Amino acid sequence: MERIHLGAIDYTLLIIYFAFVLGIGWGLRRFVKSSEDFFLSGRSIPAWIAGLAFISANLGAQEVIGMGASGAKYGMMTSHFYWVGAIPAMVFVGVFMMPFYYGSRARSVPEYLKLRFDEKTRGFNAITFAIMTTFSSGISMYALAKLLELVLGWNFNTSVLLSGVIVLAYIFLGGLTSAIYNEVLQFFLIVMGFLPLVLLGLKDVGGWHGLSERLATVATNQGFAASAYSTSWRHLDSAAANPMGVEWFGMVMGLGFVLSFGYWCTDFLVVQRAMAADSMTAARRTPLLAAFPKMVFPFLVILPGMLAIAQHVAHGGFLPLEKDGTPNYNLAVPVMLGHYLPSGVLGLGLTALMASFMSGMAGNVTAFNTVWTYDIYQSYIKPGQSDAHYLRMGHKATVVGIILSVLAAYATTRFNNIMDMLQLVFAFVNAPLFATFLLGMFWKRTTGHAAFSGLLTGTAAAALHHGLTLPHGAVAGIKGGFLGAVVHTYPSEMAQNFWSAIFAWTACFVATIVISLATRRNKSDEELKGLVYSLTPRQKDGDMPWFKRPAILGVIVLALALVLNIIFW
Amino acid sequence: MKLDLRYPIGLLFSFFGLILTVYGIFSDKSIYQKSLGMDVNLWWGLVCLAFGLAMLSYAVRASERK
Repeated sequence: MERIHLGAIDYTLLIIYFAFVLGIGWGLRRFVKSSEDFFLSGRSIPAWIAGLAFISANLGAQEVIGMGASGAKYGMMTSHFYWVGAIPAMVFVGVFMMPFYYGSRARSVPEYLKLRFDEKTRGFNAITFAIMTTFSSGISMYALAKLLELVLGWNFNTSVLLSGVIVLAYIFLGGLTSAIYNEVLQFFLIVMGFLPLVLLGLKDVGGWHGLSERLATVATNQGFAASAYSTSWRHLDSAAANPMGVEWFGMVMGLGFVLSFGYWCTDFLVVQRAMAADSMTAARRTPLLAAFPKMVFPFLVILPGMLAIAQHVAHGGFLPLEKDGTPNYNLAVPVMLGHYLPSGVLGLGLTALMASFMSGMAGNVTAFNTVWTYDIYQSYIKPGQSDAHYLRMGHKATVVGIILSVLAAYATTRFNNIMDMLQLVFAFVNAPLFATFLLGMFWKRTTGHAAFSGLLTGTAAAALHHGLTLPHGAVAGIKGGFLGAVVHTYPSEMAQNFWSAIFAWTACFVATIVISLATRRNKSDEELKGLVYSLTPRQKDGDMPWFKRPAILGVIVLALALVLNIIFW
Repeated sequence: MKLDLRYPIGLLFSFFGLILTVYGIFSDKSIYQKSLGMDVNLWWGLVCLAFGLAMLSYAVRASERK
């Protein structure tokens, strides 16, 4: 493994960036109290920038490190996260879901659940959401610590402690306001920092053709067909024929439907960006416009991983190895940056990485703090205290959130691909929640008791499935098999996650329907106005020019995604 | 108060572009072995600079129209 050596120029760019975001965050803090203020005041900005903010909101370590890692581990099939997963889900959000979100009085997921169902459903969701945020920030913290390890040569324990201190300092220096700028800037930083890497990497191996040839060696070494790493659909007929170990049904249902729709429809961090738009039509257009750049993201984030694994197999030792002898795919992107970029542009690439890690951690720790203090502590543990009391609790929660993130960062070290771990968390939290949302929004008969017990059943189903299965080569523990017996062994962590998600979603969906039919409705039609599809006034798009109509934009987006799927079939 | 996102984006990239371009002109050429012999700092610096300036002029023109 080559260590990354930074020059003075690289540190200069890094320092300028953080001085810049912290500086404007601090200078403008009187005007900008929350992300909502910021985006509301930005109502005059062009719609395409609002769209960029929408995709930037999920552009954390998960995407830049996780997609590169998945590209290296699973090859071109990783593109399904975009062309089968994110893109159709974003169209669905824009065309069908946005009218409720924009029209309802809810400003967060727990709030929607409270308005639509009842208090206990909201409480359950607040707890699972708090757990999810610590895992998300733990994953970013792991990525930052690994990067520091690679750059400074320190060991992981020291690096992870340093990461914790950096994040704490960042949040207390006003990272909250800075995070908002960070979010929009980081989209451009990642594009500008990664594009030279992709271009140089592709040039080095002789373009897409040269890359496919090298990936053929990667595939045949493991006993797959030569095109298994360079095509997306061709080897999906059987789970044994592709590196992800999943067949088309698990892919389309698990990733395409449950996990992706679950993520994009229930992640308010992302949806909020669109809700702050100046009108309902602009809000619906935001995810649709965002889908265009999102579609080409695989070339920016997945390709570096594919290039890295090609190099790793051609010249052994390109990627560092884990204790179990598998390559640490998480380091694919940082190692590629160090390999191809000289001092200068290297600083730009590292700044892009650091920016996405910092905003990922700051955002999640802050969300944890808010949910713990207001949705759990104030609501259930100690209501009726003074504001100062809750503020102190908020500060303590920030520190606790960081300590929990450090623990989650250690849990992450068990995964050679952070995307495997992230989808595991999503399978437990988002998959059942998506079934609850779907029924809550489209079936007014769904009751509060049913939603609560459905969520409980769904989460239990995920745990049961996870506890009884293991990915190939793993030992019982965080990767599953903890219930004693192992009923089934999946070829990969990702295949196991897709099926956990399918089980969780189905269990929640069925349980919610059955219990709804057995219980009495707790909300009248009047109370559900704006919260349920059939009780919400329809949108009329007829008087808009065709290129502004959500439905037509949605069809264009889906057609382009179809073309991409066919090209890389 | 109206905050136009194009200003911070334009400022940051103009500044980064300028630094990279100047560094690309004066840096030791041996460091470009990594980047297949190309002076990526110079070329990518110019790309960043052009992008930053385009953003700034876009922002300025938009505010003049008001």
